[in-house]
Amino acid sequence: MPEPVTTTIDVNGHPCRVWTKGSGPRMGFLAGLGGLPRWLPFLDRLAERRTVIAPSLPGYPGATGHTELDTHLDWILAMRQIVDGAGLAGADLVGASVGGAFAAEMAAIFPGHVRRLALIAPFGLFDDQELAADPWAQRKDVLPGLMCADGANWNELVAAPEGANSVEWPIEMTRASEAAARAFWPLGNTRLEKRLGLISAPTLILWGDRDAILPPSYAGKFAQGINNGINGAARVETVENAGHLAYLDQPDAVARAVLGHFA
Amino acid sequence: MKLMWFHLMPYTELPEDFNRKHPSVWVDIHSSLFDPKRAHHMYNDFMDELEYAAELGYDAVCVNEHHSNGYGLMPSPNLIASSLARRTTDTALCVMGNSLALYNPPTRVAEEFAMIDCISGGRLIAGFPVGSPMDTCYAYGQNPSLLRERYLEAHDLVKRAWTEKDTFAFNGRYNQQRYVNIWPRPIQNDPHPPIWIPGGGSVETWRWCAEMDYVYCYLSYYGYKAGLTTMQGFWNEMEKLGKDRNPYRAGFLQFVGVAESRQQALDLYTEPAEYFYGRCLHVDARFATPPGYTTEATQRAGIQSMVSKAANTASYSSKLSLKATNMKDIVDGGYVIVGSPDEVVEQIRHVATSLNVGHLMLLLQYGNMSKDTTKYNTRLFAEKVMPKVKDLFGDWEDKWWPKPMDKGQRAAVPAFRPQTVAAE
Repeated sequence: MPEPVTTTIDVNGHPCRVWTKGSGPRMGFLAGLGGLPRWLPFLDRLAERRTVIAPSLPGYPGATGHTELDTHLDWILAMRQIVDGAGLAGADLVGASVGGAFAAEMAAIFPGHVRRLALIAPFGLFDDQELAADPWAQRKDVLPGLMCADGANWNELVAAPEGANSVEWPIEMTRASEAAARAFWPLGNTRLEKRLGLISAPTLILWGDRDAILPPSYAGKFAQGINNGINGAARVETVENAGHLAYLDQPDAVARAVLGHFA
Repeated sequence: MKLMWFHLMPYTELPEDFNRKHPSVWVDIHSSLFDPKRAHHMYNDFMDELEYAAELGYDAVCVNEHHSNGYGLMPSPNLIASSLARRTTDTALCVMGNSLALYNPPTRVAEEFAMIDCISGGRLIAGFPVGSPMDTCYAYGQNPSLLRERYLEAHDLVKRAWTEKDTFAFNGRYNQQRYVNIWPRPIQNDPHPPIWIPGGGSVETWRWCAEMDYVYCYLSYYGYKAGLTTMQGFWNEMEKLGKDRNPYRAGFLQFVGVAESRQQALDLYTEPAEYFYGRCLHVDARFATPPGYTTEATQRAGIQSMVSKAANTASYSSKLSLKATNMKDIVDGGYVIVGSPDEVVEQIRHVATSLNVGHLMLLLQYGNMSKDTTKYNTRLFAEKVMPKVKDLFGDWEDKWWPKPMDKGQRAAVPAFRPQTVAAE
């Protein structure tokens, strides 16, 4: 398969990279923790059937500008600019982890912008009775096993590719973590529950059965909240042998589920 | 030179198996280890020690701020400084300091520091640290990506609150206040109390201190050998910026243990030093690097200069990886200066001149050092070391020292004498 096409859009005066690949109806992907330091097999699976558009979010690899964003409203308006700028208005949207929280916000606040929605272990809620893990307070050797069921998948995501700048690469990876922290510190709780009821797009919620960051039980909370739980607007599917970034652990199964939902 | 007596106020009774049984002295240290009735005695011993140091003629007594921390029992150093303001007369009160971004609104710092300055007759040194990752981002939940911007804005607000004569509106990015008008106001109003900045070794901090004309303080627990690279970096930067080498632009922290002989010093100070470097610095590495706490410029400098990585970055993880925990390595590494008075004199003169530091902050209590040993260390240093090092830097003017009210104008503070009611 050919490489994705790279374009750049301007968000608040900062460049955001947009990767596009495939053909067919457009669909967007907002990545999870770590962002998209490289193209993924998961996106190739999607691109076999659809035109996949994967914009970088501010501060994640391929984009800067997180330092302009102080409030949650700032972040949501940046997402609106990104979705519009990437040509994703009205398209299907899949978001994972931190990107999942923003995808849910888009569907809630700008319902005309999201046709069908898929969320992979999205951030945004916090349950005092069942704590999410703290992704920003982990020893380096522990982190990969929290991100993925197979920690090697996380290591592969963030490993410096051949020829990468050995000084700037680790700084970029830290910046991605900072960008996530800037929007979700300290608990990952953006009070998204207040807005889930506004989501009317048919929604698929995917959760890795071995998610060590956000407990899989959070899937039910999303399902209950979306469209106030009316008309079965949201459906939950568990991904076997997958961790928080399920699309890294089980790219085929996650892509199949997403494509089925968007069909 | 100025010799300043610094207290961290460590909890002195962490169990021997602390490191094995507990992941961290900071952030999530378990409450079962804290006995408030023992802490009653610790606080009172520590405050006695600070007052004792003031009586013996140290130029300043110093306190600092930590949260959820087994080696620093001062979430509010201002409470201690306030007490010291009443129980000391001429000693400078160095609050080193208040982590500005943790106060909401930050005008609280302007107010409390003004109170201490008024009560003490103008003896306050106002320290403004960003604060460690453990204190700010974890114990206090501050967003690491916003911390420095909030800190800088809070600094602007506090300074304006001290210096503007009329009520003003503050329209900041993070703080908005329609009516800023603090009462009381500091005695030191020309233009404000001296501001000192404790920081890691980042070039940005050095430049900012130079631009604002503040004292830069390197408060490392790892002594003068590890501190040399940082202080050389600081002075090189000052030279580039066209600033003089006035040693009073800088402060430095140094642990000391003095006794009649080197062997006696080792006998006395090994246990408290090993307690400090072993148990007190047992910090879980997962609390060391919240993303965004260290600026990208500092990360870049740290990655690029592997040679001086330990001393040259503000990264706590690299500092923690430095540590030695047995007395031989602690002494060899220069973390703690030990010896007879003459040996300590020689080393202190070396530290002061090689680092070119006019404000030496001494830790003469550390770890589980008892009050008796602390007083002995403090007295011997005052009597036998201080007179032989005070002459250093006599040619330079300390423009960053408090300017209190004239002694004759200051309130007489009577000694505390409890009224005992005769039971007979």
